[in-house]
Amino acid sequence: MKGAAAIEVRDLTVAYRDKPVLWDIDLTVPPGVLMAVVGPNGAGKTTFVKALLGLLPVSAGRIRFFDAPYEASRQQIAYVPQRGSVDWDFPTSVLDVVMMGRYGRLGWIRRPGKREREQAREALARVGMEDFAGRQIRQLSGGQQQRVFLARALVQDARVYLMDEPFQGVDAVTERAIIDLLRALRSEGRTLLVVHHDLQTVEEYFDRVMLLNVRRIASGPVEQAFTTENLRLTYGGRIAFLRSANAADAADPAAP
Amino acid sequence: MEHLFSDYTLRMVALGSAVLGLVSGGLGTYAVLRGQSLLGDAISHAALPGVALAFLLTGSKTPLALMIGAALAGWLATLWILSVTETTRIKYDSMLALTLSVFFGAGLVLLTWIRQRAGASQAGLDTFLFGQASSLVWRDVVAMAIPGGGALALMLLFWKELKLLAFDPEYGRTMGLPMRRVDLLLTALLVVAIVIGLQTVGVVLMSAMIVAPAAAGRQWTDALWKMVLLSAGFGAAGGVTGAVLSSLETGLPTGPLIVLCMGAIVAASLFFAPNRGLLGQRLRRRRNAGRFQRETVLLDLYALGMQHADPLRPHPQGAVQAMRAKDIPVDRLLMRLNKEGLVRRAAGGWGLTDAGLRHAETLQKERR
Amino acid sequence: MTQAEIEIQMLAVVVAAACALPGAFLVLRKMAMMSDAISHAILPGIVAAFFLTHNLNSPLLILAAAATGVFAVLLVELLMSTQRVREDAAIGLVFPVLFSIGVLLIARYAGDVHLDADAVLLGEPAFAPFDRLVALGRDIGPRALYAMGAVGLANVAFVALFYKELKIAAFDAGLAATLGFAPTLIHYGLMTSVSITAVAAFDAVGSILVVALMVAPPTAAYLLTDRLRDMILLSAGLGVVAAVAGFQAARLLDVSIAGAMASAAGVVFAIVWLAAPRYGVLAGRRRRIRQKWEFAEKMLAIHLFNHEGLPEADTEHRIGHLEEHLSWEQDFARRVVRRAQSNGLVRRADDDLLALTPKGRAAASEAITNL
Repeated sequence: MKGAAAIEVRDLTVAYRDKPVLWDIDLTVPPGVLMAVVGPNGAGKTTFVKALLGLLPVSAGRIRFFDAPYEASRQQIAYVPQRGSVDWDFPTSVLDVVMMGRYGRLGWIRRPGKREREQAREALARVGMEDFAGRQIRQLSGGQQQRVFLARALVQDARVYLMDEPFQGVDAVTERAIIDLLRALRSEGRTLLVVHHDLQTVEEYFDRVMLLNVRRIASGPVEQAFTTENLRLTYGGRIAFLRSANAADAADPAAP
Repeated sequence: MEHLFSDYTLRMVALGSAVLGLVSGGLGTYAVLRGQSLLGDAISHAALPGVALAFLLTGSKTPLALMIGAALAGWLATLWILSVTETTRIKYDSMLALTLSVFFGAGLVLLTWIRQRAGASQAGLDTFLFGQASSLVWRDVVAMAIPGGGALALMLLFWKELKLLAFDPEYGRTMGLPMRRVDLLLTALLVVAIVIGLQTVGVVLMSAMIVAPAAAGRQWTDALWKMVLLSAGFGAAGGVTGAVLSSLETGLPTGPLIVLCMGAIVAASLFFAPNRGLLGQRLRRRRNAGRFQRETVLLDLYALGMQHADPLRPHPQGAVQAMRAKDIPVDRLLMRLNKEGLVRRAAGGWGLTDAGLRHAETLQKERR
Repeated sequence: MTQAEIEIQMLAVVVAAACALPGAFLVLRKMAMMSDAISHAILPGIVAAFFLTHNLNSPLLILAAAATGVFAVLLVELLMSTQRVREDAAIGLVFPVLFSIGVLLIARYAGDVHLDADAVLLGEPAFAPFDRLVALGRDIGPRALYAMGAVGLANVAFVALFYKELKIAAFDAGLAATLGFAPTLIHYGLMTSVSITAVAAFDAVGSILVVALMVAPPTAAYLLTDRLRDMILLSAGLGVVAAVAGFQAARLLDVSIAGAMASAAGVVFAIVWLAAPRYGVLAGRRRRIRQKWEFAEKMLAIHLFNHEGLPEADTEHRIGHLEEHLSWEQDFARRVVRRAQSNGLVRRADDDLLALTPKGRAAASEAITNL
């Protein structure tokens, strides 16, 4: 791998109350890719993302972003949590939520000002929500909530985006808009790691994939890693969908 | 002279209750939004042994000394709740109930201990149970206003951090903001808000001063700063009203009256607030249901007209009624439509006006 | 102990045991704060019934209190159903308002009768021996003891009769409904039991300390066992311990009996919290230290297993690599390797290169499949 990887994970193990949730994960994400993390429920996808973000204590292993530890690269990383992780009845406006993405750079006590408002409006325009800036968040639909979260991450202007199920429960139009946005971010050279649950769209949306079930089953370019064999290993006997015929099943199952 | 004295008392009681309501209302907003409404109850009960210990150690009943003791005990209780729930499988609500009752029991032991050691001089500590607003003097009001004002000032200073803490603390952590410290700060501010109220409303009812203003404020607005302002305002208004009411007749305790006023404000807000209010919601529903029924009748008339290839042709009321169940008041609906200028009365009964025809055509498209 | 003291001690024991029964279910159902809410909210009911009967021992008081307690629960649920306030706020609104009404009623109308808010709040079992129950012309003991005993027996009967239903409702209300166990009925049955216990006990321990006896012993028992039956028995047992220790301490120090009982319940809990064999803090710490090593050994085995036979094995399997990649301290890595070696999980292929033994391989693959 030439140059520093955007995300480099070595031997990552995370335990919850003495019970391991992630075992010995290795992963290298080169810069400028759009990568999916897939796996069954309880496979540790969300845990993985949270561990990368330093939200959970790590039992062992090393995580680096552009060859620097997380603490040093925080400004380079933006996070899009699951939509259901917050109370959407909270009394605040769309613009306010998006501006929260600037709080990290503002530092203590300083209030967001005109500049932050401008940035927030631009980000809202990018997700097609410019008309909703003054709207209260409890009036939003699921897809709109998701777009607000994306806009909040956009104003962070990060090099790495970590997203937890951004397509969960959104309508088809929003899904289309989101994937267009993700692709645009990739073409700007940003790196995106996306927890994804819809196996049908992996090949269409992403260029890399990690299959995760407590351990990393496989990772790499989609055509190499997203094989029937690897899916069976990941999902066990529970896999219940027909793979398209053009899937590259012959490839190396454990490409780094 | 007598009159002047009672006026002074009333002024102090009203002022003290207003300060208390302002602070507890403002800070209670965060407790309610974070689902920690009952933490205030635990803190206020847990403050009792702190009050007693402060008196035992300093031998003084100055409000400041007692407040510091109360604050330390309340703060310790909160840390104990957090540490037990984090290190064991015990649930948060069990710890709240356990801590508030055990700390209160320890406070009672200390109070009775003081009573038999120090004789009658512990009188005045008992007032912390129910509060005794009528004994407030200027010194007490100042002792409430300074820490209370300080707490509100800190809340304004760390506005953006507290907002993030209440809305999405995990996201805040990913940006490198020390949300845990912000959490400790907010708890400390809440402790201050509770402690300054103990002398006025007492440990038992203090939690209502945290919860009620915010619960009322929430109904009127969807903006955090407006909610904080409204809660503080409701808190102050409830405090003053309760204080004034209690002065109307001797022997009526101030604390419970303040709580009842706050309860009334909450009830009024739940019913009458413009957007979230239950009354408004019911009216809106009824209005929508009414409009839907009228539109249905309008479309019926349109459909009847189309059958005769003349949409403007009048039809007898019975024909319209026949298209719907008997309990649909077609006559009244037609009258309303007539008033709106969509339907006209004609020789053969009821017919669409030109405006009614246009409206029916758009509806037809929408409903399909 | 004098005769009166023995009677007080008996009363304390009966109160503690009676409170522990509904308390265990409150704790399990994450409704512990309901005990606080109900014990305060019943005050207006008690006051109203007292005005009607002018008798603090009238059974009407118990009925009225139970009705008010259930009314408070209904009010909380009504508030929640509007979806305008959350459960914690609803509880925090309802009980202070009801309690305030009770206090105001007392202040306004009770005057100098024997009922004041302090007494309701604090309770005082020391007076119990003065109120005797006389049957067939003979003094058979303090009335409170019989009243509390009756409530305790009612609680035992309730729990025994509806044990299965209570159990299912405590662990899975949804399942209880689908099985036709009427969780709502069980729910209100429990709330009634809490209300009745609270009103019977307020004379002896007051409305705040009844919370300590309802919540602290079951919370401690929750750290000692996983079985419902044991938890109920332990709750009652620990409650009795607190009642005895508390009363004896109060006698010695001449302080509030009810306060001392609540404090003792707190001390009992604190001891259990520290020393419980499985779920206590110390046990947890010890287990974590032990598991840290077992965990590290397992991790080492799985690490080797994952890279076994792959080209990178030559680097991944070096001890020096463990320090770098598992971010283990050099010292720690060496100790883990030594332990794993002595347990026969790994062997040294050469000075620095590790390899799995068959036993280590089996352990690793078993660990993986069990994940």
